Order: sequence, then C-alpha cells, then structure tokens
Amino acid sequence: MAVVVTSTLVKPRALAGAPLRATQDPRCVRRLLIGIALGFLAFFLLLPLAAVFGEALRRGLGAYFAAVGDADALASVKLTLIAALISVPANVVFGVAAAWCIAKYSFRGKSLLITLIDLPFAVSPVISGLIYVLVFGAQGWLGPWLIEHNVKIIFAVPGIVLATTFVTFPFVARELIPLMQAQGSEEEYAAITLGANGWQTFWRVTLPNIKWGLLYGVILCNARAMGEFGAVSVVSGHIRGETNTMPLHVEILYNEYNFVGAFAVASLLALLALVTLVLKSIVEWRHARSHAA
Amino acid sequence: MKKLFSFSIALFAFFFIASSSAKTIELLNVSYDPTREFYADLNPAFAAHWKAQTGDIVVIKQSHGGSGKQARGVIDGLQADVVTLALAADIDALYDVAQLIPGDWQQRLPHNASPYTSTIVFLVRKGNPKAIKDWGDLVKPGVSVITPNPKTSGGARWNYLAAWAYARRRAGNEAGAQKFVANLFKNVPVLDSGARGSTTTFAQRGIGDVLLTWENEAHLAQKEFLTEGYEIVVPALSILAEPPVCLVDKNVKKKGTQAVAQAYLEYLFSDEAQRIAVRHFYRPSSPAIALKYAQHFPQLELVTIDTEFDGWTQAQKTHFADGGVFDQIYAR
Amino acid sequence: MSLLRKQHSVLPGFGLSLGFTLAYLGLIVLVPLSAAFLKTAGMSWGDFIAAVASPRVMAAYRLSFFASLAAASVNAFFGLIVAWVLVRYAFPGKRILDALVDLPFALPTAVAGIALTAIYAKNGWLGQWLEPQGVKIAFTEIGVFVALTFIGLPFVVRTLQPVLEELQPELEEAAASLGANRWQTIARVLLPELFPALLTGFALSFARALGEYGSVVFISGNMPMRTEIVPLLIITKLEQYDYRGATAIAVVMLTASFGLLLLINLIQKWSRRHHRV
Repeated sequence: MAVVVTSTLVKPRALAGAPLRATQDPRCVRRLLIGIALGFLAFFLLLPLAAVFGEALRRGLGAYFAAVGDADALASVKLTLIAALISVPANVVFGVAAAWCIAKYSFRGKSLLITLIDLPFAVSPVISGLIYVLVFGAQGWLGPWLIEHNVKIIFAVPGIVLATTFVTFPFVARELIPLMQAQGSEEEYAAITLGANGWQTFWRVTLPNIKWGLLYGVILCNARAMGEFGAVSVVSGHIRGETNTMPLHVEILYNEYNFVGAFAVASLLALLALVTLVLKSIVEWRHARSHAA
Repeated sequence: MKKLFSFSIALFAFFFIASSSAKTIELLNVSYDPTREFYADLNPAFAAHWKAQTGDIVVIKQSHGGSGKQARGVIDGLQADVVTLALAADIDALYDVAQLIPGDWQQRLPHNASPYTSTIVFLVRKGNPKAIKDWGDLVKPGVSVITPNPKTSGGARWNYLAAWAYARRRAGNEAGAQKFVANLFKNVPVLDSGARGSTTTFAQRGIGDVLLTWENEAHLAQKEFLTEGYEIVVPALSILAEPPVCLVDKNVKKKGTQAVAQAYLEYLFSDEAQRIAVRHFYRPSSPAIALKYAQHFPQLELVTIDTEFDGWTQAQKTHFADGGVFDQIYAR
Repeated sequence: MSLLRKQHSVLPGFGLSLGFTLAYLGLIVLVPLSAAFLKTAGMSWGDFIAAVASPRVMAAYRLSFFASLAAASVNAFFGLIVAWVLVRYAFPGKRILDALVDLPFALPTAVAGIALTAIYAKNGWLGQWLEPQGVKIAFTEIGVFVALTFIGLPFVVRTLQPVLEELQPELEEAAASLGANRWQTIARVLLPELFPALLTGFALSFARALGEYGSVVFISGNMPMRTEIVPLLIITKLEQYDYRGATAIAVVMLTASFGLLLLINLIQKWSRRHHRV
C-alpha cells in the first residue's frame, strides 16, 4: 500500500481555527503521544497481524487462494455471514432502545440495568455456549420438547446465532450509553418543544448525534460476531461443511497441521478491518457533504 | 435495516430448506481428533461399498474434536449415528448420562468394539540427541517431555497410564509408580489442552526433547514435518490404546438409519477397512491383516486398561477425577 | 417492576424502549444464565465449596484476577493515548491504524493465541531474542497478560473515541481563556469529561479478560497451580461430565464480575452527578 493516507477526520469546526489554538497541543507533545500510540499498537496489534499474514502467505499466493477457495472454507464463510447478519441487526435495535431509555430518562435501578447489559462480556465464552446447551440441549429444559417436535436449535444454525447474539449483546448499547449520557437531552427537548413527535426527534436529532457511536458499536459487534470462537464452539457440533463457522474452521485446519490454510482463513477475518475502513470513510464522506450543503 | 433483516431471514429459510431436501442417506460420524485423515479415506470406500450392495448413495459427515467434548455434544443432542471416540469411558458416558445406548455396547462388535488400536510411543528430534530409549529416560534431569493435559485430553490419559504401568512394573508398587509419574511431569514444561496442540508445540515451537503420543499420530507428525527428521522411539512396554466405535441407538432409530449405520461399523472390521487403517498407522484388529503387515508395527509388551487399571471407570476415578492422583502430583 | 419507576420526562418512548430492552435482555441473557444458577442450586453446600474453593481453583482465580487487572490497566492507559491520538492528531497511516483497532475482536481468539505464541515462543520472532536474555513470555504468566491485553484492547479505545469526537472544543477554549494552561485544562476539564467512558472501557476489558479462554490456553502452558486460568478449570470439570461443578465455578466468576461491574457503574453514576454539580 504505497498511498499515503492522510486524515480527513478533523472536524470542520476545528479546521476553521488558527494553527495553534487552545484545543491543540505543542508539536513535541503531539509527536510523543503519537509515538507512544504507534509503539503500543505496533507491539500489540501489528505484530500479531503480521504473524497471521506471514503464516498465511508462507507457501505463496497460490496456496493462499487454494485454502480460501476450498469448499469447506466457503461453507464456513457463508455460515459466519448468516450468523452475523442476524445477530448484529438484532443487537443494534436492542442497543438503540436500551441506550434511549437509559440515557434519556432517570429511573431507579438504572445502574443495575446497565450492569445486566454488561454481563455477557463478563461471562466466559465457554459458559456462554454452555447455558444454551443447558436450556436447549437434549438434557436441558426444553430439550425433550424440541426433540419431540423435531426442532433443531443446538448443533444447528439457530444455536450458533443465539450464542453469537449473546456474546455480542452489549456492544451497541455499551457504545451508545456513555455517548448519549454525555450529550444530554437538551436538543431532543428542543425538538419536542418545537412540535416534533418522538420518531421524528429520534431520526432527525438523536440519530445524527450518535452516528459515530452507533458505527463503532456496529463495527465492534460485527467483528466480534464473526470472530467468536469459544461460545460457538460449544453449540456448533463441528460438523464439517455444515456447522463450522470461520473460527471453528480455522481450528480444524490448524489441527490438521494445515497451518497455511488456517491462517489464510483467519486472515480473511483480519481483512474485516478493511471493511471498517470503508464504512467509516462512507460515513465521514456523507457527514462532510451534509455539512457542506 | 429492514431490508437487511428480511434478507437474513430469507437466507436463514434457504439454509433450512437446502439442508432438509437432501435425498441421499446421510450419516454423522462423531469422532475424536486424530482420526480425521483415516475417515477421510475410509468414508468414500464405504460409500462405494454400500452403493455396490444396495444402490443407495450414502454421504458421511464428519465431526472431530476432543473426545470428551464430542461425547458431551452427543449427550446434549448432537444427532450422531455413530461415535468413534478415543476411549471407552467417553462412550460409557452416553449410557451413564443419557441412556442413548445400552450398557453392554462394547460387546456388540468384535474386539471390544475397537476396529483399530494404537499404543503410546515417543517422538524425538533428529538423531535422538538425548538418547531416549525407554520410559526411564524421561525422568532424567534436563529431559523435557511434551504431553497434553490428562484432565482435558483423552490421548494424554493414555500417556499417563502407560507411564504408570511401566513404573509399577519397575518399582513393584503404587507408591513407586506415583513417584515416577510425578517426576515425569516435573519434566513437562507445557500442558496443551489436546494431542494435536502438543504436537504443534513440539514441532512448531521447538519445545521439548520428546513428545508422548499415539503411534499413528507420531507417524503422521513425522510425515507432516518431513524436513525435521523426527524419529520414533518405541519403548519396551506400553499400553494398548483401544479407541472404540458404537452405534447411537436412540439417534439411528429416530433417523431411520440403523441398517446403514450398523453396516458402516461392521465395515470398519472388513479387510479393506483394516488395510486403510494400516495405511494410517493404526494397528489393525484383524489378526490376519495384522500378521500381513507385522513389519510395520514394532513388537512391544502391551498392557491393557482392563487388566492393569480395572477398566476406564476405575482409572478415571483414581487418577483423573478432581482430587485424584494427577491433581495430587501438582498439589503443593 | 416497581423498581424501575421513571421520573417525569417530556420525551416519549420510555415504555416502549424499556419494555423492549427488558424483554430482549431477559430472553437472550437472563433466562439462559439462570440455567447455570439453577444447575448449581442442585449442589450441596459442601460440594459447592469443594468445587469452587479448592487450592487449584484458588490459584486460578488469583492468576485470572491479577493478569486481567494488569491487562485492563495497561489498556486503559495506552488506550486513552491511542484514542486521543486517533481523534485529535493527523498523521500518515492514521486511518489504517484506526481500522486495525478492532482486529482483536475480529480475529478468532484461538488464532490470536496461536499468533502470539508464535511470536513469543523461544523460536519465535521476539522470543528468540528475549529468551537468551532470560525473559520468558510464552508459557508463563506474562504470556497470559499479553494475550489478555490483546483481546481487551479495543474496549478502551472504542468507548473513548465517540466521546472524544463529540467533545465540544468550546470547553477547552473556555478553560484556556479563563487562564488555565494546557495541563490544567486536561486534568480539570478533559479527564473528568472522559472519566466515565474510560472507566467503562477499563471495566469491560477487565471483565472480558476474566472470562477469556481461547487465546490464553495456547500461550499459558496450562501448568496446574501456576498458569491455569479459571475457564480452563471449567472445561476440566466438563471433561468429567461434572456440569454442576463447571457451572458452580462459572457462577462464582459471574457473581464476582457482576459485583465489579455494578460497582464501577455506580462509581460512574456518582462521578457524573458530582461532575455536573
């Protein structure tokens, strides 16, 4: 990638000011902080990433594409996309609703509610899978009924979707709550006072204000939905070409000593970062355009 | 967003229809980790055999993972037609916990329901620099031994019990055996959670002088990491590892696959399947085939879990349960 | 739910949003989680204590707790700097870096574990230089810390970023025009404003680290009493078909994390009120 990427993330109002304003830091501080951030990210992010791509490309591009184009690999990509396509929108709707009622109103038990929303982060992935087995498994609460009616949840797509939803449950809500709390409700009050109804207020006032948080939430939620290993591993059943998601397929390939294949499929997930880049650029571009208009 | 949602529902529906409209017979074989290559070879052979016999097409789906985890999957509702696991204890659980099979399952097929067997051997680095010949060499200072964790890996339990059997012969009593095994585990720097993880630690990370593993896994690792020139050392005494197979009665009755699943398991004992097993370095259970390929499998004294440890249930309770001997080794 | 009585507000949608939130929360999280609690409730008190307080489990709690704490602290400190740099400064390659922050979520935890082990093992990229110096990372407690730092990294950065982006520059300008120098502005104006989000990021990365399994098992070496983490012991129990013992440990961890998260959320609420006054 030879293109030098410069940021357009600077907000329009910051651009308008003089070169060194109260919101800017001296050059040496800037350099130091950038240096620290780069060092930290290089150490903890770039190095593992380089290791993944290094292993994936060890036998050259041919082996890489052969591994990625394998039928079982493609089946796992498909399943991963299905799981993310269902769980992410569901969690977005939930996250917006939860953030709305938590940030815009005061009621008793709010801290408890926030903590309950956080809970799936604190649950070990192993347990996240296990609890669904305890509910839907053959020995579980609903198991006998489900078997009788021939409904498959565990060891089939619904179980994988449920586990994924559980693991990514808090992301959107967690991004939006602190943001909406920091913003306060003054703009919404103004809109309501001017005669807007609830939906109008939400679409026209709240949504534009929270779009960054929402975007981060969706991106994180999606990344985690696609990358989740532990919980899905418990409910998948590992049937080759059928209930293996990408992370599970990676494990299988690795256990077959097919290191190139394993890291090649893993690198596809790393490429999600590129999707992030594109998404953010689109939002920024539209943002800039709406400001210009 | 709405569009996205309805799209995902459509995808979802498509998936279900697609998976239910298959016309061929499908079997699900739930197996443990090291059998992937073997069943990848065997399944097409059985499919051809079955087609020649009945004209039906049979597609065998495979699920692989740690033996205990796989057994739990079947207990919790994974619709396996047959299970082919690492040790009898994990299949016993299908009876004990969920009554999916009868208690006498191991008597329904010949040879303790184990179509192939293996044993525990040593894989050492090129030229065997630490001169490892037998179990006794593993407790020497400076020898680093790689084995997975017996608490999470079926293969590691075989490793542990083989060492125990050797040491008990040497010391003549249980206390001596425990001391030996404790010393052996003092030389273990890493306990991976599964057998293949250990092989990777040994081969990819360059850790350890000797890897304890199944004979078939040792040969596979030798083949996979050809340039490394690993050598296999066969100890004088080891344990007969019998990975058994079993029909999951409750599931095949429900799915109507009893006949073909039964035929599949019986086929495992046929000459053709036995030869495939040999190709994957499993010791065949058929005496005739074993005799024919005797030069592939070094002779050594093999003890069994039943005579040496009173069966899996007992061995599990004494050694690997919480607070058992293995835990005592690490308790300080 | 008389607990959840709202104060009067002109904004509509309280009933709808709260109702949906509670229903979804109950269905996806609370009902399945209660299965774990009910499974444990079938145990006798003695069995429960034996399962959750044996020396081996205690050693694992200690490791999981301190490694997670260290990882979350490192993430909070460096995460703040990273978020600040990504929002406030312009430099080449910034957007790529920004996009990469999510990587630890996208990469399956097992892959992260394998990649980190490949880097820090004695024949790895860094390990081959570090081990001769006597610095062992893979298969030690430090390895656990490195893995936990990796998987928790996005939390702090991503919770801070939107708040930083929405921060009104007027605040800083006002502080400056009132005579505050840059450090005073940061310490008295910016940090209090960022504190709730920072605390959230810390708490989430800590909680996530406590439960992490996939990446740690590869790099920790899993030595009993030394580098065994709590989730591994849960797996160990499951291997013995001891569902109750497994859920018992899970319940202990869950209760502890819940208490911790609740505490942090209360501190946050308090600090927000305090700050606003």
